Amino acid sequence: MSALTFTLKIRPEQRVDMSPLVCQALENLEPVEIAAIKLHCGKKKVRVDELFAVSGFDTKHILIKNSVAKLDYIGKELDGGVIRVEGDVGAYCGMGMKSGVIKVFGNAGLYAGCEMKKGQLEIDGNAGDFLGGALAGNKMGMKGGLILVKGNAGDRVGDHLRRGTILIEGSAGDYCGSRMIAGTIAVLGNTGKFLGHSMRRGTLLLWNAPKLPASFNDCGSHTLAFLPMLFKSFQSLNSTFALTENAFNRVQRYAGDMSEIGRGEVLVRIEN
Amino acid sequence: MIINGVQIDATFAEAFPMKGTRAIITAQNEKWAMIAAQAMTGFATSVIACGCEAGIERVLSPDETPDGRPGVSIMIFAMGGKGLAKQLETRAGQCVLTSPTSALFAGIDGGIRIPLGKNLRYFGDGFQTSKFISGKRYWRIPVMDGEFLAEATTGQVDAVGGGNFLVLAQSQPQALAACEAAIEEMKKIPNVIMPFPGGVVRSGSKVGSKYKTLNASTNDAFCPTLKGSTKKTDLSPDVESVMEIVIDGLSKEDIDKAMRVGIQAVCNLGVENGITRISAGNYGGKLGPFHFHLQEIMA
Repeated sequence: MSALTFTLKIRPEQRVDMSPLVCQALENLEPVEIAAIKLHCGKKKVRVDELFAVSGFDTKHILIKNSVAKLDYIGKELDGGVIRVEGDVGAYCGMGMKSGVIKVFGNAGLYAGCEMKKGQLEIDGNAGDFLGGALAGNKMGMKGGLILVKGNAGDRVGDHLRRGTILIEGSAGDYCGSRMIAGTIAVLGNTGKFLGHSMRRGTLLLWNAPKLPASFNDCGSHTLAFLPMLFKSFQSLNSTFALTENAFNRVQRYAGDMSEIGRGEVLVRIEN
Repeated sequence: MIINGVQIDATFAEAFPMKGTRAIITAQNEKWAMIAAQAMTGFATSVIACGCEAGIERVLSPDETPDGRPGVSIMIFAMGGKGLAKQLETRAGQCVLTSPTSALFAGIDGGIRIPLGKNLRYFGDGFQTSKFISGKRYWRIPVMDGEFLAEATTGQVDAVGGGNFLVLAQSQPQALAACEAAIEEMKKIPNVIMPFPGGVVRSGSKVGSKYKTLNASTNDAFCPTLKGSTKKTDLSPDVESVMEIVIDGLSKEDIDKAMRVGIQAVCNLGVENGITRISAGNYGGKLGPFHFHLQEIMA
């Protein structure tokens, strides 16, 4: 069965709330019913078929073509199934997703994967600020699952991260891992200022030496047994994180943020 | 039934339902993994006084272990789930946590989850951290040699304990040599352990005693020095030594396999090496639901 495909026909003038178009909500709907779903577009509501050409039937595999950065909430609270997006996505992609896979073949806006609970979000391009973070005012960001960004990520990656893994092949902006509660953020590239600001627990895994705040203390060089297992878990990913040359178990360990409870850690690869 | 001159008695071994689990111990090298495994499975020959029965299942190569280091898989059996969980935890805490370079992982993914490193983490005094990798939780506990890595839980499954057979020989060295040959082959069978020292027990017991405080005592029917003094001996005049091999396993089929290869190894030595009979211990079929009929196993 061919994937249920939404091909954007016109570039919307206002932002579009795509949250109704998730696999579990479209299950058992006829094509005419799907075409008649109304989406918020700015102050108006528009029918799906006003914005998209709809084809295909498989509601467990959704394909969004010609996507632009004005399409927000793609895959919001997705609970099973696969959503592939060709083009950029707007804000809140994969917000609160419960299971399934979202693959974005483009860039993602603000708050991608924010407060997601499980599943996998892959972004081929760059991601905006608050990747895997918490919504403003909320105390818990991502609670499980995996986010993979092949490009760069903005500021506040994993803000309030509670659990789960965020992998960034490029660089991360300022305040990476800010207010982390637990979980793992790995960055192959560089990191910005105020790394791990107010983090409580969790791991920031870095390939390049960061500029650490004064509130992180050096704990020395160590060989950690869990790292080979962590890298082994990445081997199924279509990512440079899966390459054996990117795996290591020897790290410089920094504990912090000492202005918080200081149970977090920054692990920096030591070249063999 | 006679195999290579060895008589296989028309009797059966009687075994009991138990709860079993498996853990994988790894270390910097096989030597230290084995040291931790031996410590963890020490003083665990019989539930009668040890609280559990435990043994080393086999040595694992680095590509078979979760962390890619040399390892050893061990199995523990107890009469109930609560007792098993307690034994597992105390043994892990005292024997593996303390052993240099060790790490501890679950050996059974299914079953009822029982704590492995879940409570040991408190040894970290608040400095412990957890990592959730590929759907499993691990605890990193800071210790003086670095970090002790332990999987949070392992699986508890229904198991069978007390499978056994007796080797009757014309001399003590011949009985021991036959048992050693049997253990060598039985160690190759997965999902079973032979919990007694070296896999062999020389003091098989019967239920009850003339002393009220004891619920088990020497199996006088198979004691060669009592041939003329006990009311009912099971030994012919030419038998001078009897040794027993006890097997615990995850299923009746696993114990079947282990008994078959063990008895076959004994029979291969044959009557020319002083082996006269193979028998088994039972309680008349009244106590244990699992019956291992020797002649059926060897048919």
